[in-house]
Amino acid sequence: MGEQRIRVLIAKPGLDGHDRGAKVLARALRDAGMEVIYTGLRQTPEQIAATATQEDVHVVGLSCLSGAHLELFPRVVELLKEHGADDILVLGGGTIPAEDISVLKERGVAEVFTPGASTQEVVEFVKRSVNL
Amino acid sequence: MSLAEGVRRGEVRATAKLITLIENHPESAVEDLRALHPHTGNAHIVGITGSPGIGKSTLTDALAKRWRKDGAHIGIIAVDPNSPFSGGALLGDRIRMQELATDPGVFIRSMGARGRLGGLARATHNAIRVLDAGGKDVILVETVGVGQSELDIVRTADTVVVGLVPGMGDDIQTIKAGILEVADVFVINKADRPDARRLMMELQTMLDLDPERHSHWEPPIERTVATTGEGIEMLMAAIRNHWEHLTYSGELEQRRRERYAAELQSVVEDYWRMRFFEYWQREGHWEQVVEQLLRKETDPFSAARKLVAPFLDSESRRVNL
Repeated sequence: MGEQRIRVLIAKPGLDGHDRGAKVLARALRDAGMEVIYTGLRQTPEQIAATATQEDVHVVGLSCLSGAHLELFPRVVELLKEHGADDILVLGGGTIPAEDISVLKERGVAEVFTPGASTQEVVEFVKRSVNL
Repeated sequence: MSLAEGVRRGEVRATAKLITLIENHPESAVEDLRALHPHTGNAHIVGITGSPGIGKSTLTDALAKRWRKDGAHIGIIAVDPNSPFSGGALLGDRIRMQELATDPGVFIRSMGARGRLGGLARATHNAIRVLDAGGKDVILVETVGVGQSELDIVRTADTVVVGLVPGMGDDIQTIKAGILEVADVFVINKADRPDARRLMMELQTMLDLDPERHSHWEPPIERTVATTGEGIEMLMAAIRNHWEHLTYSGELEQRRRERYAAELQSVVEDYWRMRFFEYWQREGHWEQVVEQLLRKETDPFSAARKLVAPFLDSESRRVNL
């Protein structure tokens, strides 16, 4: 009798204040039938990992436009592992140079979306990966 | 190790997983809930309700922080509506609770109402049970911004805090809403706005008109500015007073008795419905009956009786075996 929903945490780690992309994506995921938890700006990796664990989301979408993605994204992956929540998929987005993408993937980020990616691509990727 | 055991040990991951199970597959969570039930009943369940925009999340955040100073362990369940079209939801209550995220003494869960209209989700009640058994001292339940009739919280919380703000037309709405009767504590938030005093007086006048007023508990009216923390101390004191009143007057037991009666009824209904539809998926000829209705060969009332009778027979045979 239950009804399953994909749950996603959209989080903004780091110090930049540009959350338009994060909000647009949050709405697109919601309109695709998902429950989207949005936590606002300037989150620490510790806050993001704790939130993802309590909320038991399937996916964490990280958005960063400050250039600190190489520090922040893998840190979230590590902390999730420490919480015993390494089944949660971590996605990255923002202004990320092409050469950084493979580094992030090596360090546990499942996919990286850069400017120009459509919200539909992200929605499809999440649906495919979670596969309820 | 079962999820219930993890919950009892205070493990965040197990607690979160069990709540997800309750949301998605409630029938699969029964074993764990059964194991947790004896360990419940210790937490003070506080409902925070009121119209959209009155500051429920900010009040919840401020109250949680204040309670933490006393070392209390806090559970928070924040319910938001799902879109009736896509089924999706944007759950944004945590925006106002950022600092609590990494506090190990606080567990926060955002919850989509998933089509339920009473201000809570179907899963809220059992999620509270999980947090209670996990050793939380206070569980704050923030409802969907309610209009006038979504009052599930009354059947869920020990203390219902109803929030109002000046200048939203709340003064007249309260009369219509029936919200007067459900509040154990009123809070006028954003009380630094003009008209806060007027709202307070109007509310007090309304309460004075209530004939049952002095019988049990007179709901106090507190004033807060939740963003600055002003008045939170008094609000918490009022909530605690109510808890003491419940405990010493015996009303707590009475409320919980009513709550269990209501829960038992809904669990029986769910169980019954589930068994019936399982039966009809095996044995049913639902479509045929619908066709008969269409051709006026039967009516819905006789058809329902005929459908249920063989199910009851098969159930009683099963029980007698």
